[in-house]
Amino acid sequence: MTESVLEARGIEVTFRGRGGRPARAVDGVDLSLGRGEIVALVGESGCGKTTLSRTLLGLERPSGGEVLVSGRPLEYSAAALKKHRRSAQLVLQDPTGALNPRRSVYEAVAEGLRVHRFDGDERAAVADALARAGLRPPERFFLRYPHELSGGQRQRVVIAGALVLQPQVIIADEPVSSLDASVRGEILALLLSLRESLGLSLLVVTHDLGVAWNIADRIAVMYLGRIVEQGPTEEVLSAPKHPYTRALLSVVPEIDHVEPIVLTGEPPDPTAIPTGCRFHPRCPALRDGAADAVATDCRGKELPVLSGTGGHEAACWLTGA
Amino acid sequence: MASDQQTGGAPQGRRAIARARRREALARGWGQFRTRRAGMAGLGILLFFTLSALLAPVLFPPETISVTRATGELLAPPSGEFWLGTDDSGRSMLALLAWGARVSLTVGIAATLISMVIGTSVGIASGHYHGFGGAALQRLTDWVLVIPFLPLAIVLATVLGGGSTVTIIVVIGVTSWAGTARLIRAQTLSVEGRPYLERSRALGSGNWHQMTRHVLPNVFPLVLANTTLTVAIAILSETTLSFLGLGDPLRPSWGATLDQAFSNGAVSAGAWWYIGPPGLCVVLVVLSFTMIGRALEQIVNPRLGGQ
Amino acid sequence: MAVLELEDVSVTYRSAEGAVPAVRGVSLSVDAGRSLGLAGESGSGKTSVTSTVLRLLPKSATVTGRVLLEGEDVLTMKWGRLRAVRWATASVVFQGAMHALNPVQRVGHQIAEPIRLHEKSVSEPTARKRVGELLEQVGLPSRVAQSYPHQLSGGQKQRVMIAMALACGPKLIVADEPTTALDVMVQQQVLGVLADRVQDLGLAMVFISHDLSVLASACDDLAVMYAGQVVEQGPSDQVFDDAHHPYSRALGGAYPRIGDLRFRYAPSGLPGDPPFPGEAPSGCAFHPRCPQAREVCATTDVELRPSGERRWSSCLFAPEVGT
Repeated sequence: MTESVLEARGIEVTFRGRGGRPARAVDGVDLSLGRGEIVALVGESGCGKTTLSRTLLGLERPSGGEVLVSGRPLEYSAAALKKHRRSAQLVLQDPTGALNPRRSVYEAVAEGLRVHRFDGDERAAVADALARAGLRPPERFFLRYPHELSGGQRQRVVIAGALVLQPQVIIADEPVSSLDASVRGEILALLLSLRESLGLSLLVVTHDLGVAWNIADRIAVMYLGRIVEQGPTEEVLSAPKHPYTRALLSVVPEIDHVEPIVLTGEPPDPTAIPTGCRFHPRCPALRDGAADAVATDCRGKELPVLSGTGGHEAACWLTGA
Repeated sequence: MASDQQTGGAPQGRRAIARARRREALARGWGQFRTRRAGMAGLGILLFFTLSALLAPVLFPPETISVTRATGELLAPPSGEFWLGTDDSGRSMLALLAWGARVSLTVGIAATLISMVIGTSVGIASGHYHGFGGAALQRLTDWVLVIPFLPLAIVLATVLGGGSTVTIIVVIGVTSWAGTARLIRAQTLSVEGRPYLERSRALGSGNWHQMTRHVLPNVFPLVLANTTLTVAIAILSETTLSFLGLGDPLRPSWGATLDQAFSNGAVSAGAWWYIGPPGLCVVLVVLSFTMIGRALEQIVNPRLGGQ
Repeated sequence: MAVLELEDVSVTYRSAEGAVPAVRGVSLSVDAGRSLGLAGESGSGKTSVTSTVLRLLPKSATVTGRVLLEGEDVLTMKWGRLRAVRWATASVVFQGAMHALNPVQRVGHQIAEPIRLHEKSVSEPTARKRVGELLEQVGLPSRVAQSYPHQLSGGQKQRVMIAMALACGPKLIVADEPTTALDVMVQQQVLGVLADRVQDLGLAMVFISHDLSVLASACDDLAVMYAGQVVEQGPSDQVFDDAHHPYSRALGGAYPRIGDLRFRYAPSGLPGDPPFPGEAPSGCAFHPRCPQAREVCATTDVELRPSGERRWSSCLFAPEVGT
């Protein structure tokens, strides 16, 4: 484990939910991202993974806990945020929406430089970023408009826009889920190569376990505002400990299939988090009796927050957490 | 545009190409506009009135509309010498109308500029700021929108000191922006929801950057289309205010001419040439702007369809 | 007997730049009780192919070939007959369930709509009873009929869409990316519902998706499209695991087998982008992106040829089978 460039410590984010009840979108998360590390944050929609990533970028202010940037707490003054946003960049899911249709590729990539009043050679910086993102020769793309590019090229432009500021961290929210299958691998390979050549740290937010298997060193599985299992990707995905991770793995469409574990019960609701283990109302282990020995703990005893740094760990009473 | 400039040009080449692209977009817009008959008819009418306004001093020297130096008979019907007859001071109606076009168009366009600047700024700001400021601007917009125009305009004109063209322009400008602000606010809200604004925020951009670089270019076509519609309203307002005697008495705008016709008993004298033509001019110019505006609106906002 | 049979179907769009061929000579057939997965990327023509089945294409499209629905050619049907066939014989589950439902009408009313349209004589209580049965068939409680769309989750809405597609007892269901916007867990539920209906009711299903792994797990057979043509066809498991065309191989490889170390730190993709419709390269349209392309590929026109037991491929280097 190297030093962490970006770390969440006890992060809580609460929104005003439907009917005025507070929705605890992120409810106590520790997660750290080391230098040059690729971490996948995995979960279903509504589990809080996007809110957590926005909080790490300083776009959302946590109601509890703190964000550490290279070990120092992130401050929320305008100047400190601006500085943070130079070193941590965001790549969004839908490259078509993430580019202003009325601005050329050059302008889209140069935007970050202009925002941060870059005083070097803007043209050279843009060309360099485009080339690193795999758009070569970069000059050919300067004056194109987003609608003249393919989906993969657009995502490369978005990535170039993030690279141009020479950040330490890129947070990519579903970077390939709206791309064509044959282009997807190329973009993932690009992200991997950026880590090699620039030493970037990468937090990939995704619902797709395949993406994690393809590129992530470490994986953190989120359910209802908490990380329920985390550890090295091989270990977590080859030998999952948490029943939720097992269920997620079982529904990945593949041909020679294990029997899918389809979860029943109410979909998770951040305005009404269950007591004890928050997964217990839908837990297949509890339902089929495998967890009878710890059933009272599951229903009533709060689980500790996972440390979010080192080895394979799961927040489950069954594994003796 | 040379191709070597496209591939490896200096920043100047980049700007030149950006300009070329803009020209191309304009040409494409013009191509679409040309196919719309109503829009083209409106443009034709507008060109005619603009020419008359520009050429008025040449065709009709200032003395022709001077009350003291007019040469015609009083209230003479149309004749070979005075194609549209004369007014109660013996001035040529045709000259009066041409000079009136100058005032009406000036007031219409200048007032619209004020209205557009206020409306666009307020609209974008109230859509962009979510806190107290945005809400306050929205309330202000609603408030201006529901106040009846005429009493407000009369009060304002009196306070600012009636009887000058500048006053009329300001009065119309500051009373007619609310509709535009609402429209722009709605469009701003929809642009604000796009991911590229999120991306820009994540890059660390401030409010000014977001509003001027991302929101404004995307609401601008709407502003443009709305401008032409506002010009029509402004011209109508000018006529109304002049007719009520709030205009500049020394400048013969169409509204002022109508006002004089009424106060000098043109109706009872049966002098139709004194009342009809100014009214018709107002209707035609307003109609031309509306037709152009509708056509532009359809081009910049394809969702309206080909109606 | 085949419920749906496409014979040499081509679709050409007229546009400002001239004729754009989106589909170029596609032949497919689906039997009752079987499902066919149609895979391809954006612009491959897969949606155009299925839109011919109900003649849902825009006016600017010209369709040639024959589209036989239970032996009857859809392309030459009179308007009245076509309306009767739509929904009653073949129905569609659209992609965006979120947008395909009317937000201000109760869900039950919307499911009953096709029933009322096609069976004028149906009474209100009968229709309501049918709606309840349909909802139960897709695994939803019948009280959902009283809900408005915004009260349902994404997966529930997609199941409502399936219930709607089943409303008039069709013989064929066309599912156009029905699970694309859904979470994996919900996707699995929806796929399960669709597979059960196909089996229990003996329906034929055409399932469109860009995700070969979803298709492979949900369908009996697969057809892979590229640049308006079918480049490979065969039983799902064989096409997914042992493709006879480099393009299907790439598509299959894009989704890693989790646990298989060959895919660790090795995302696989193809260089370049799929061609725009109408700009398909000469010879084999795939040759500019093909890792195995040789010179002949750029010059030799290809067509689908048998490459094994119930298998077809258009690759010049696919296994040869005696003809």
